[in-house]
Formats: sequence, C-alpha cells, structure tokens
Amino acid sequence: MKSNINYRINKSLFIKGFIIFLAFLITLPLVSIIYYVAKEGFATINWNFFISVPKPVGEVGGGIANALVGSLILVVVASIIAIPVGIMCGIYLSENGENKLSYYTRLAVDILQGVPSIVVGIVIYFWVVKPTGSFSGLSGSIALSIMMLPIVIRSTEETLKLIPSTLKEAGLALGLPYYKVMIKVILPVGMSGILSGVMLSIARVAGETAPLLFTAFGNPYLNTNIAKPMQSLPLLIFNYATSPYDEWHNLAWGASLILLICILLLNLFTKLLTRRWKVQF
Amino acid sequence: MRQKDPGLQVKYEMLFSRTLVITALLILILVIGLFLTLLLESLPSIQHLGFGFLFGKTWDPVSNVYGAYPFLVGTLLTSFLALIISIPFSMAIAIFLGEYQPTGALSAFLKNIIELIAAVPSVIYGFWGLIVLVPLVRSLESKIGVVPYGIGIFTASIILAIMIIPYAASLGREMISMVPAQLKEGAYSLGATRYEVIKAVIIPYTKSGLFAGILLSLGRALGETMAVTMVIGNSSIIPTNIFAPGNTMASVIANEFTEADRSLYLSALIELGMLLFLVTVVINVIGKRIIKGFNT
Amino acid sequence: MNKQLLNVKNALYAGVILTAVGFSACNSNSGHEGTQDSTETATTDKNALLGAGSTFVYPLFSKQFSEYNKATGLKVNYQSIGSGGGILQLTNKTVDFGDSDAPLNEEQTKKIGVDVLHIPMCSGAVVLSYNLPEVKTALKLTPALLSDIFLGKIKTWKDPKIAAANTGVNLPDMPIVIAHRSDGSGTTNIFTTYLTKVSPEWTSKVGAGSSINWPAGLGGKGNEGVAGLIKQTPGAIGYIELAYAMQNKMPFASIQNKSGKFIAASVASTSAASNIKLPADSKVSLSNTDAADGYPISGFTWAIIYKEQNYNNRTAEKSEALLKLLWWNIHEGQKFCETLHYAPLSPAAISVAETILKSATFGGKAILK
Repeated sequence: MKSNINYRINKSLFIKGFIIFLAFLITLPLVSIIYYVAKEGFATINWNFFISVPKPVGEVGGGIANALVGSLILVVVASIIAIPVGIMCGIYLSENGENKLSYYTRLAVDILQGVPSIVVGIVIYFWVVKPTGSFSGLSGSIALSIMMLPIVIRSTEETLKLIPSTLKEAGLALGLPYYKVMIKVILPVGMSGILSGVMLSIARVAGETAPLLFTAFGNPYLNTNIAKPMQSLPLLIFNYATSPYDEWHNLAWGASLILLICILLLNLFTKLLTRRWKVQF
Repeated sequence: MRQKDPGLQVKYEMLFSRTLVITALLILILVIGLFLTLLLESLPSIQHLGFGFLFGKTWDPVSNVYGAYPFLVGTLLTSFLALIISIPFSMAIAIFLGEYQPTGALSAFLKNIIELIAAVPSVIYGFWGLIVLVPLVRSLESKIGVVPYGIGIFTASIILAIMIIPYAASLGREMISMVPAQLKEGAYSLGATRYEVIKAVIIPYTKSGLFAGILLSLGRALGETMAVTMVIGNSSIIPTNIFAPGNTMASVIANEFTEADRSLYLSALIELGMLLFLVTVVINVIGKRIIKGFNT
Repeated sequence: MNKQLLNVKNALYAGVILTAVGFSACNSNSGHEGTQDSTETATTDKNALLGAGSTFVYPLFSKQFSEYNKATGLKVNYQSIGSGGGILQLTNKTVDFGDSDAPLNEEQTKKIGVDVLHIPMCSGAVVLSYNLPEVKTALKLTPALLSDIFLGKIKTWKDPKIAAANTGVNLPDMPIVIAHRSDGSGTTNIFTTYLTKVSPEWTSKVGAGSSINWPAGLGGKGNEGVAGLIKQTPGAIGYIELAYAMQNKMPFASIQNKSGKFIAASVASTSAASNIKLPADSKVSLSNTDAADGYPISGFTWAIIYKEQNYNNRTAEKSEALLKLLWWNIHEGQKFCETLHYAPLSPAAISVAETILKSATFGGKAILK
C-alpha cells in the first residue's frame, strides 16, 4: 500500500520533471536563431551597410539602404491605411454586441486572421498591380494593411469592451454628443490596449515576405516613390539567403539582425506600454 | 462654453455612426472580395479540370497538365508532421504555465520565450533552417541510409513545428488556467497526485479547448509559405517518404505565380490559393467556435 | 469579348481598391491625403525603367545597368524572377521590358496578341556544376550520361557508367542529388532543348520547356537558388549559367559535343557555338552545336519589348529611354560580357539586333533613326 503511494508520488514528480524539460526545450531553437543572426549579423554591419545600395551581382561590398527605406515606407503606408479602418471597425464591434452586421463582421475578422499571407498577395496582384500596370510599393502596403487589420480590430474591440459603461454614461449625461464621448473619453482610456495591438500588428507585417513577392517586387535602387517597385528587408533576406554568393549571405544575415532587432523592440515596447499604462478599474 | 450649432452636432453624429457602419461593412466586403476574386480567377481551371484537379497526380506545365495531388500530399504531410512534433512541446508548455507555475520568474521567462518565437519572421526561420538545420538533417539522413538531401518535407516540418508551438501553447494555457479550482481541489482531497489531477481532471475538462488550439495551429501550418519554400525542396513529384523533397500549395504558388504563362496554369495556381483559403477559413471558424463555446 | 470582360474585371478590382483607400483616407482625419496623389505623379517619372525575367543574364544586366546608371542617371530596376516570369509580366504590361532565354512559344505569342521584338543581348553557357569536395579534376560527361542522371536512372556517383567516362578519377560513393529550377526558366529551356536533341528517351519521357515536370531532384528558385543548392549539398549536380559557377568558384563538368570532343564552358567555346548566321528575327537555338570547339549547351538571351511602344498611356520619352538603353546594351554594354563570362554578340549579330531595334515604333513612327 505504502509503496503504491510512493510509486504514484514518484510518477507524478517524474512527469512534472519531464514536462518542465519539454517546456524549456523550446528555448533551444530560439537561442540558436538569435546566436546565428547576432554572430553573423554583427560581423556584417558597418556604416556602409546602412547607407549604400547593393553592388552588381558578384561584386564585394554594398549595403541594404534600399531595403531599409523600402520596408519603412511599406510599413508606414500600410499603417496609415489599416489603423484608422481597424480602430473604427473595432469601435463598431465593441458598441454593437449582437446584430446581423456585427455578427458577420466578426466572422470576417476571424477569417481574415487566418488567411494565408500568400493568398492576400495573389488577390492584391489582381486588385492593384494588374489594373495600375505596375508593381508598386503601394500594392505591397495594401497587402500588408490587410494582414494588419484583424489584429488592430480585435485589440480595439477587446480593449473597449473592458471599459465600464459608466464612463460612457457619465460623458453622455454631461451632454456630450456620442462621437465626442467615443473619441475624447473612451478611446484615450483604451489607448494603451489599442496601441499595443497596433504595435503587434506592425511587428507582424514588418517580417512578412509572401504578400510582397507579387506586389512590392523589389528594387536595387533607393526608392521613396510608392508607385514604383520597392525593396524590403524580408524580400531581400529571401532572395539573398537562397543564393550561392557568400557576400549576399552576409548581407542577408545583417538584414535579419536589423529586422529581428526592430521586431523585438516593437514587442518590448508593447509590453512596457501595457504594463505601465494599463488602466485599472 | 460656447454653444455650437445643434444642427452641425447632429450632422457630425450621423457622420460618425455612418463611418463606423461603413468600416464594418468594408471588412465584410473585403473578405467577400478576397474570395470572389480567387473564385473568378480560378474559374478557367475549375471549368476545365473539375474535380479531377484534386486527384491529378502530375503537375506538368510543359504538357499543360495540372494535378494538385502532389501538393495536397505535401501540404498535409508537412502540416501533420509538424503538428505531431509540436504537440508534446506545446502541451508541456501549456500545462507548465497553466497548472504547475502560472506566475513567477520562471513562467515569465518562458512566456517571453514563447512570445519571441511567435515574433521571429518566417523568412528568418527559413534562413536559419537552410544554414543550421539542413546540415543536421543531412547527417541524420546519411546515417539512416536515405538520400541525404538535407532539404525536404522532414526539415520543413521541424521548422513549422517550432513556428506553431506558440499558438497551441498559449491557447492551451488559457484553457487550463480556466479549470475551476473546486474541481481540482475535489480530486486532491480524494488523494490524487498532481499528475493524476492533470490526467483525470484538467485534460478531460479542457479537451475541446486544447483541440481547438491545435486546430488553429494547424491552420497556421497549412498557410505558412516562406520558411517552407526555402527548405522543402520544391519538387512536384509525389513524396515517397518524409525525407523526400516536396512542395506545399503555398510554396508552389510562391515559386510559380509570377511566371505562370498559360491561362490554365495561372488559374490552376489560383485555384490552389482558393483551396488554401477555404481550408483555413473552415479551420479557423471551427476553432474559434469551439473556444467561444468553452468560454461561455 | 473575352478582352472586354477582362477590362471590366480589372476596372472592378480597381474600383474596389480605390474605395478602400478612399475610405481609409476619409477616416484618417486629413494629413494623409498625400498617399493617393503620388500615384498619379509617379507614372510620369522618367528616370526609371522596370524590367524582369531571366536569371541567366542577371549578373551581366546588373553590371550593365549599374554602369548605365553611372553614365546617364537612368535607374533600371531589373528583377531576376525567371524567363517565364519576364514573359508573363510583359504580357500583363506590368514591366517595361522582359528578358528571356527562350523565345516566346506559340501559346505565349497568341496570348500577348500583338507583335513583340526579341533583341539578342549576349549568349551564355549552361554548365553542369557539382559538389564533390574530394574530386579535384573536372569531370567529363557525355550526353547519354547527362540524360540518364537527370532522368534519375543513374543514382550514385560511383556508377560504372560515370567511371567509364572519367578514368583515373576517384569518384566518391555518394548518392547523386539533382538540383533543378522550381520556376519557369530559360536556362531550363536551353538545357532541356539540348537533352531532347541528344536523347530520344528524354524526348519521350520529359520533353523540352521552361517549366519541367522533373522526374527527380530538388528545386531552387532562379539560377541563384540552384547554385545555392549545389553549393550547400554534397553530392549535388545541377545546371546553372557559367557566370554563377565562375563567381562562386564552383567546379563544372566538360561536356562531350557533337564532334566527340569534351569541351569546358568558356567565353571562347560559347562564342564558337554562337558564331552562326542569325535569322532576321534572331530566334535561334545554339545547343548541340556543329562547331568542333563549341560548347554544346549554350544559348542567346533576348530582351523582349512590345513593337508598338504606345500602350497603357506610356510616354514617348519613356519608350525612347528604353530603346536607347537596349541600344547601349548591344554596343557599349557588350564590353562587360567577357569579364562576366558571357559571349559578346558577333558584329553580324549586332547588325541583326540593330535592325530589330529600329523596327520599334511609337504611334506608328520609328523611335530610333
């Protein structure tokens, strides 16, 4: 009898140990990725890396200024498109619990969240690239903005739902019109939650490659015109990583490092934001 | 305070609520538009190839023969293999964070790790896979006596498994932490050990939620493109074993979409995209439904 | 009828997206309007051209266009997405010019609907590069061996058939890993056209084309991707353009040509193969050459443009810039060929190319005089 209990306790302990082991094994690949990206990336990065554009194939030197600027513009334009629409739609969903439109829109957001990014790329090719007759940064931004929308909408909706209705009622009781209550009272209160959603969505699309393959297309020159093809960090990493040139591999490692740092900073910032500005009720 | 023109106020009021409705409609139209575009553009292939498209075993653009079967097999094989590899890890993480140590430094550390894993871009996974993982797999393959490609379905599955662990793990953790304390306490008072509580109370109670988490991570795996394209080998023959090179629906689109020169070729690729879209829609809607049912 | 439908569809899509952008601009309080206006100003930007296609010629183009940019300030953005991609994007009118190592086939010609010009840019060799660290001397391969390897019939490097052609070479006991293209490729077309000329079995089982249903092996995107695969995978063999092999110091095999000689690819042996009389439209296959010193797997690469340049509201300046660029390519630009291991055009080929370029029109009038 006694031994049976011992056996059960030991088994429980053993399984606990095993589960902890499995759970922490996941750090291995992450450490390996960060190690390689940092080691190879830091060896590549110098001033030239940031300010020059790629050299002709096979020649040593060159940098990724075109991709840095391109990625920045793509993401900024995507944000300009996605954030207002996303926040507005989030407000609508949080204000309209159950009606036909909100039900179907919520379903649409769920679907949008799961749509493979490559499919968005195909559709934007037909929506923007073909009618306008040119690959362009704008088409890439539109594709990215579609990837951002569900995250922004969801975080807005969920944040606003948590804000007690008394706050809104107080505003309305003071005679403020509804739109002012929403914009001047409710949105600022929920700002930290919404902002963290926005940052997460930016972090997510900054690393997206698939939707850019058929839209932003790439460009060896520095280009700030969104109607022209544009290079981006993820696209550059994809093209250079699969190539035979050591020089390109180095550039790809450097680009990976920059991209990873940006994304991790965005994530970190999101955390700080939600921790410090979290509105408690 | 100055009083504003009330008529203007009403106008703003209307404008505001209308914009809200319009944005909501816009999202709806966007999703419908996505689907319709895919459907419209894949019509030639649907009309031409019908259901045979799904079972056609050859993908041969030279002779204008398009069968999606090799890619269906490749997609399912990589995704399910990734799922099988990832489940022990994601469940372990979910149990650790949900039951053993919901708070504390160690769990905060693990949570951060999980978040980072979800944040690393797909293309960096692919690059790391090419440089680090492929040689490892190659030496494994030459030991067990299969052709040492290094690149192939197995490698793609490992990378996919790493990438999808965060989804199943975080959803699983949420579910497990929602198990009512009374249930667990009841089991403990009957003399159950920690493991027995997990096995007999927590897992049965959260079964459907855990399943939903795994389902949603499957949805991710099916549509993942870049990392897979970089390490799967891009071969359009039906893979004969898990070490063989293959192609997934997403990777074949990434490789061939910009150059599909025949109308039928292009629309066959778009039909693959539409299938991918439909499958992920179904998986996501079901997964979200289960979670919603669990929450209420 | 069909075309009309297509236009309606395009207009519909454009409408959808414009409303989307419009809405978002409305909602974003002002301040962001600039994003839409620039679409209009941008299409008139004269200082840039967009090309896409062949990865075969990419090392040369990237050098030439970089030099051209230094000389004239014109920015030519050339994306190496594969010859098939170049043709398709030209058909869709999303690029200013395409480049392909395979002339448009019948179906492509029909789809594009109007006259297009093929302007030869240079010729290059497709080499069989391999990754066998222990083998120091260059391998020799016969056409029969090549076809058997790529059909998947010869599975290991130790195969007696390979040994027979390479006496004295200590071949390792390694499985052969075939690397091929995953995208539509003129390099593939040159290679498979050659194989159909030398192997009846290849003709009946696989055939020639830009996208092949490969019986075996790994796929890589572009010449870059295939070269990357070969470089990374011990035991691999694959076909790439000579420049990629030279720039990355990858070994490649000598191939037995029609006269029975084993020839290593070089500028000289490619020139020998390409030194033939070009037809007026310049569309000719160079593979399996009769020249005794010619490398058997080589081919031209062609820039492809619309004969009538007035389409899609293009400006006369833009088409003139394009024609001038291509003119420069076949004259001054030729001096960059040899350092990058491409064979420059022969004087006779240049005069054929000149005639073709001069036939390009804008609104019916010749652009170059």
